[in-house]
Amino acid sequence: MKKGNRRTRAVIQAAALAMLLLVVYAAGILISGDAVEGDFLDAGRPPCLEHPFGTDALGRDLLMRTLKGMSVSMTVGAAASAISAGIAVFVGIAAAAGSGRVDAAISWLIDVMMSVPHMVLIILISFAMGRGFQGLLAGIAATHWCSLARLIRGEVLQLRSRHYIAVSRKLGKPEGWILTRHLLGHLAPQLLVGAILMFPHAILHEAAVSFLGFGLPPEQPATGIILAESMRYISAGLWWPAVLPGLTLVWVVLSVDRLGDELQKILNPFSAQE
Amino acid sequence: MALEAGNIFFRYEKKQPWILEDVTVRIDRGECLVVSGPSGCGKTTLAMLLAGYLRPERGQIQAEGFPLPAKGVCPVQLISQHPEKAVNPRWRLKRVLEESGGRMEEILETFGIRRRWLDRFPCELSGGELQRFCVARALMSGADYLICDEISTMMDAVTQAQIWNAVLREAKKRRMGILAVTHNRHLAERIATRQIALEK
Repeated sequence: MKKGNRRTRAVIQAAALAMLLLVVYAAGILISGDAVEGDFLDAGRPPCLEHPFGTDALGRDLLMRTLKGMSVSMTVGAAASAISAGIAVFVGIAAAAGSGRVDAAISWLIDVMMSVPHMVLIILISFAMGRGFQGLLAGIAATHWCSLARLIRGEVLQLRSRHYIAVSRKLGKPEGWILTRHLLGHLAPQLLVGAILMFPHAILHEAAVSFLGFGLPPEQPATGIILAESMRYISAGLWWPAVLPGLTLVWVVLSVDRLGDELQKILNPFSAQE
Repeated sequence: MALEAGNIFFRYEKKQPWILEDVTVRIDRGECLVVSGPSGCGKTTLAMLLAGYLRPERGQIQAEGFPLPAKGVCPVQLISQHPEKAVNPRWRLKRVLEESGGRMEEILETFGIRRRWLDRFPCELSGGELQRFCVARALMSGADYLICDEISTMMDAVTQAQIWNAVLREAKKRRMGILAVTHNRHLAERIATRQIALEK
């Protein structure tokens, strides 16, 4: 028998996942630079008690490096999804509240953005902005807002046709007032869940672009960089630098995805039946 | 000093038949005009037009000789048949009332709005209870004209009498004009100073 009702379980799971992710993030920040220093006497060790993830060809502890890399990835992911969500709100509301022509133009832009593969755009933008943290962030933020913007546009269009919005207008409330008091409250749950579900995409793209060498610089311990380095040694039998950090990335992505789903269940109980 | 609709034509889509064709209505301040008619004859449409929720395709609606303002508080307030659609489901009722600008304690009293309802959400009140809030909100906005579109259909007879007495008392005090849509002949006879029937 499962304990508690669905809501209680969702709250507990969401809290546990958030805690775990927070621990990974904090660990990455707190680990000192010394912990990821190389030691050639320890090079290429398979996973053991002292180094649970083993060490890479330069003798760096892979667990520490993965954790540090994960927190960099999470920073990029969180910042990019926050910016993207901001763009999505702005664009979505502009489309729904503006004239028919504005709406058509924005909808067309969204279609165009969605028809171009994200990877290509991120690489172009990141490369044009001189790579590194900034370029990558701009690239990811500029490509991930489309589907959320479309969702918000639909939501705002639906909300604006509600009778109580019309009543509010007749009570003399300006459009801006209606937007912030009536509409944003309804959009907040959608927006929060949308932003959290955007996060896994963002860090996967971050890892992929860094892996290809268009993102973060090679000296930075990021997941994509670790995976790219590991490719060189995988034929020499060093499987752990590729597998273990890779699995960590997958775990983080799945956890965030799950967190988003649980939050959706909490904020919108009907979605649990879907 | 009247709310006038002069020769208005209205239809929801081009090329569809007119819902209202060449309709002229005049509501003087201080009177209560009751509109009745069969379903689908355009009573609600007329109510929405008079309150400025819809625009007539031809003809004009004027309050005190001026067209209804596009911005600011409208002097004509509509109270609809469905109070649950007229309030934000995520707002507590205190906030719903405050949207009208002023809060008048005596209006709360005349409509029998209990103090503890103010902290509830709309889904925690019945239709009749919610409707009192909608009427109170419309009155608090300082409207000169009230358009009541079957506002008491969901209430029992006692509540209906209570609400209408309160509305008529307020209207008399402020010399408001009222247009009421109703199917209830007895109610119409009690409240109307003048009656008209819309035909299909």
